Amino acid sequence: MTDNRRLRTRWWGAQPIGGLFALPYFVFVLAIFAYPLGFAIYIAFHDYFFTAPGAEVERPFVGFDNFVTVLTDQRVLDAFRNTLVFLVINVPLTAVLALVLAAALNTGIRWVSAYRVAFYVPYLTASVSLVGVWMLLFSGNGLINTILGPLAPDPSWLVNSGLAMPMIALYVTWKQLGFYILLYLAALQNVPKELYESAETDGAGALSRFWNVTVPGVRSATTLVLILSIITGANLFTEPYLLTNGGGPDGASTTPVLLIYQLGIQQQNPDTAAAIGMILVILVGLLSLLANRATRER
Amino acid sequence: MMTTRRRRLPRIVSTILLTIAAIAFAFPFYFMVVGAFQESPTNSPSSLIPTSGWTIGNFAAIDSRIDLVGSLVNSLIFTAGVLLGTVVFGLLAGYAMARLDFRGRGVIWVLMLLVQMVPFQLLMIPLYVQITRNYGLGDSYLGMILPFLINTTAVFIFTQFFKALPVEIFEAARIDGAGEIRLLTSVAIPLIRPVLVTVVLVTFIGPWNEFLWPFLITKDASLQPLAVSLANYISNVAQSTANPNGAILAGATALAFPVVVLFIVFQRFFTATDLGAAVKG
Repeated sequence: MTDNRRLRTRWWGAQPIGGLFALPYFVFVLAIFAYPLGFAIYIAFHDYFFTAPGAEVERPFVGFDNFVTVLTDQRVLDAFRNTLVFLVINVPLTAVLALVLAAALNTGIRWVSAYRVAFYVPYLTASVSLVGVWMLLFSGNGLINTILGPLAPDPSWLVNSGLAMPMIALYVTWKQLGFYILLYLAALQNVPKELYESAETDGAGALSRFWNVTVPGVRSATTLVLILSIITGANLFTEPYLLTNGGGPDGASTTPVLLIYQLGIQQQNPDTAAAIGMILVILVGLLSLLANRATRER
Repeated sequence: MMTTRRRRLPRIVSTILLTIAAIAFAFPFYFMVVGAFQESPTNSPSSLIPTSGWTIGNFAAIDSRIDLVGSLVNSLIFTAGVLLGTVVFGLLAGYAMARLDFRGRGVIWVLMLLVQMVPFQLLMIPLYVQITRNYGLGDSYLGMILPFLINTTAVFIFTQFFKALPVEIFEAARIDGAGEIRLLTSVAIPLIRPVLVTVVLVTFIGPWNEFLWPFLITKDASLQPLAVSLANYISNVAQSTANPNGAILAGATALAFPVVVLFIVFQRFFTATDLGAAVKG
């Protein structure tokens, strides 16, 4: 009897009711992550199309056909190139501005919490709201162009194919910066004070202390900031959809996720759309590894 | 003398830098809120501080096109559903992961880590097929809520904080004969109440601001949350309206207001480490 119970405990654990507690979450993860993930891979390697519910149709395995279709499609290549433009502007700008502002907040100035609120509120606010505001500010006869007068770009910011993607990059930098400032601010608390003091005794000026103590001291936070901003940049949808009116002008700000929506759902080609998704995830993974390596301690 | 100067200068430079940045950050909000209450929001710098022309007509104008109140209610239902799922199932799962020894715990832990790495964008197409076509949940609150029902970051946070509680409390309660449900509701949860507030706040922001998913699965305007109906107004309706700017700013203000108020009131509960991935859903 006791032997039996011990055996049962060994197999099910001391509190098997825990399995029941965790069951809803387990089912959720299987249904919302594991199954769709497998399904995404299945779709990408098959000639998959939408059918009326219940209809039995053949969806043959097509190997890498969808990937070939995608990688020879100029729109797709453009979308990835646009993402690259975005990352080149957004990632360095985000890392530099966030660290500089966090270091400035950390110098013991007054009203730190007021500044923090100002920086943080855009991060918390819905992108749809803020995109609406930016659209008005940067429209053809908007406030920014009125101030610039004859210096205003023509065509205006959001409808200029050379400026549309940089504008999105700038917008996202502004919107997300508060979060990265807080990350750096937390990391700065872990930089030993003695390092600053000894640098000061050695006669290092403020700039030199920033470069030689602060920047190396927050290296691991920098890795995180780079990876998170790469992921954010790869997943843009709301901004090109709304701010530049569906990736305009003429596809100049189309992003992979916007294409996934346009190809997969609007034009009903889920197979090629799923292939774009997989390529995107692989590229993001590679870029993140690269960022991790570049910021690693030597 | 030398050292005080060396310390003061960076502080002055910092203050100037931060003030410029803070103005750049706050200005669009100023523009949004003032414009929302102006008869015709200005495009000229000389009238940025308006003295007249105040109105609440913009809210009526946007309400006549997208049913502002109905959209806010939809946002609230979507958000409340996610909150309920995350708090109920998240607390149960977090408690089990931290405090109970059962078969399969290791598997769930690995799954939790994997979930954090799968981007929603990869799942977008299969989830869309699954939820609208297989389950027939397109244009329903349930379909909107389902992919966000249990926030994995919240489960993580709950697990970590339940783990940090002293083991003696649980042993004593178990000896007294308390069941695990009772232990959870009357011992463990009250002890992590501040964290619960943080998790609720952070979880609130995700679905409230979410655009892509509800946009994909709601075609019926009467079910759309405000983020979706405002986006539709901006991209479709506004072009055919004579003076849409005030209405856009009014809608933007209505969508932003609840989150900004929550943040300012509960500021001390927002910390960087907890916020991260949670907001990204």
